[in-house]
Amino acid sequence: MNLFSIIGEALRALRQNRLRTGLTMLGMIIGVAAVVLMLSIGQGAQTKINQSIAAMGSHLFIVVPGATSSGGFSFGSGTIKTLTINDAHAIAELPSIGATAPVITGTAQLNYAAKNWSTIITGTTPDYFAVGSWKMESGTTFSESDLRSAARVVVLGSITAKNLFNDEDPVGKTIRITNRPFLVVGVLMAKGQSLTGRDQDDNVFIPITTSERQITGSQFPGSIRYMLAQGNSADDMDIAEIEMVQLLRQRHRISAGKENDFTVRNLTAIADVATSAAKVMSMVLGAIASVSLLVGGIGIMNIMLVSVTERTREIGIRMAIGANQRAILTQFLLEAMMICSMGGLIGVVLGIGGAWLVSQVADMLIVVTLGMIGLAFLFASAVGIFFGFYPAKKAASLKPVDALRYE
Amino acid sequence: MPSIQPHHVINPLIKIENLCKSYSLEDANGRTIMNQVLFNINLTINQGEFVAIMGQSGSGKSTLMNILGCLDTPTSGSYWLSEKNAAALSGDELARIRNRSIGFVFQGFNLLKRMTALDNVAAPLLYAGVSRSNSRRQALEFLRRTGLENFALHQPNQLSGGQQQRVAISRALINQPALILADEPTGNLDSQTSREIMSLFAQLNRDQGITIVLVTHEDTIAAYAKRLIRLKDGHVIYDKNNDRSLRTQ
Ligand SMILES: Nc1ncnc2c1ncn2[C@@H]1O[C@H](COP(=O)(O)OP(=O)(O)O)[C@@H](O)[C@H]1O
Ligand SMILES: [Mg+2]
Repeated sequence: MNLFSIIGEALRALRQNRLRTGLTMLGMIIGVAAVVLMLSIGQGAQTKINQSIAAMGSHLFIVVPGATSSGGFSFGSGTIKTLTINDAHAIAELPSIGATAPVITGTAQLNYAAKNWSTIITGTTPDYFAVGSWKMESGTTFSESDLRSAARVVVLGSITAKNLFNDEDPVGKTIRITNRPFLVVGVLMAKGQSLTGRDQDDNVFIPITTSERQITGSQFPGSIRYMLAQGNSADDMDIAEIEMVQLLRQRHRISAGKENDFTVRNLTAIADVATSAAKVMSMVLGAIASVSLLVGGIGIMNIMLVSVTERTREIGIRMAIGANQRAILTQFLLEAMMICSMGGLIGVVLGIGGAWLVSQVADMLIVVTLGMIGLAFLFASAVGIFFGFYPAKKAASLKPVDALRYE
Repeated sequence: MPSIQPHHVINPLIKIENLCKSYSLEDANGRTIMNQVLFNINLTINQGEFVAIMGQSGSGKSTLMNILGCLDTPTSGSYWLSEKNAAALSGDELARIRNRSIGFVFQGFNLLKRMTALDNVAAPLLYAGVSRSNSRRQALEFLRRTGLENFALHQPNQLSGGQQQRVAISRALINQPALILADEPTGNLDSQTSREIMSLFAQLNRDQGITIVLVTHEDTIAAYAKRLIRLKDGHVIYDKNNDRSLRTQ
């Protein structure tokens, strides 16, 4: 019997029992759809993290005031004033460190024409933009001389610019920050969310000197909220960290045995943790989805076993008129595989649809790749062959006389 | 040296020697007991014979037919079909023999459900590797010969018993087998239809020389055959050939 005829027979058998075929297929559909959906959610999370890491800037440290044990890793504790602009300058001189950017933050009311916008204001140095991998949408950053003269110049984050100016070009315009006029010198390109989920584009940047004297003010002159420090190379991150800690302990006159009054965090290491966490998450999601595929496979085996028993007499008749073992085996295996591949196909479509729905409803980044579709489909077919083989083998190895006698 | 064999000796189609068949059963205590159904059967059937096998229910007729049809294997003794030892053949070879050399007709028709008469008749050709369209064309021709061309697209449950049996006979004939094995083919049919079916068998035997072995309870059916074999409790107790042209004993 040629393969076409066997396919025809298998299709006929599936059509004869539409309801059962459909229900069996449902198991496969759900399994494959779940795999595609879970993989695409996992892939989306990973892509998102990779984007954030790429946007973050390479081999970065963040140094915050306060001991690790008391404050933990937090941007929120603005009460400790142990870190200063001069600390940042000193660290920038270290051989393993390329540049640093001290930061003080506050909130401010912005006005342009009739528009009002309240946002975070960041006072920093021109190096901040290079260290943090910011790119300019238009204009320039403020300069070293702006810093020295505490000039009233501002660089806008993309969302802030959009909110104040709509489609107008902000560069060269004057906005008011807490009622003082500032010249807009540049607009940043959008960056999206940070690793911690903060939106980074609703922000304005002014020279730290201007901020300290005119906007945020300070009870402790020179103290900063945090600083970014960029290592010279990815290989020397450990050395750079040791050097920074040593230098800061000296500068802060911390005697041996005493706790640091600052905390140094390697952001690259945090990024690595986030990346591997995302990988683990996609693996776990994939594994969970695979279980449903497995259950679908067992469902197929179950139905095929019932089908073999139910059709024992048919198998006997086919053997009596000349079907050999291979023809019977192929027929039943093909039935299982057809259920799987059809279910797989529908499942892939449903999975992609589901992924799209999730991305719309939950506002999540969902990434569907050809690879994962292929994987899900392949896995489904493999499940079909694996779970279809035993029932098919059982059918094929029946003795003709026993099969014919079966009532 | 010239052959001294008499010229009328024909190579036997079927040759059975000392054939025994036992079934193993489990009794109430879980012990296996052997139930012997056929005892030292010796039988030779030549090409072109028309044999009726009679015997009480349970005497082993179907068991013998199943062995003749390569659906079952003997416990001991040998079975030669067209000078081939059935015991030495592989499963594939046996399937091929069932497909090409033997046509089965059963009491219960044994047609494939939810398949048209046409597809039922065509099925053996598909297993022989003939294409679907070719096998359907041939199947229609065979249905025409048994007067069923108008029922080609009917499914078995839309046909009368006699029609179903004629579909089964068409199916048995489609690969032009040397041997037709019919186990109580008229058992489910009324006497008028039985006569029609038997005339069909007699005609196939007479015109095409197809060897026919059929099992029956009824003397009127057995009368169509040229040779009568009686079984009793697994033994051949009677074997008489009425056909002068094929007498070999
Ligand atoms: N598969 C089997 N297992 C056990 N015993 C069987 C089997 N098939 C047939 N028999 C026994 O063999 C005997 C002969 O059966 P069978 O050849 O069908 O008789 P007949 O066709 O002459 O009525 C019966 O006693 C029956 O119970
Ligand atoms: Mg019987």
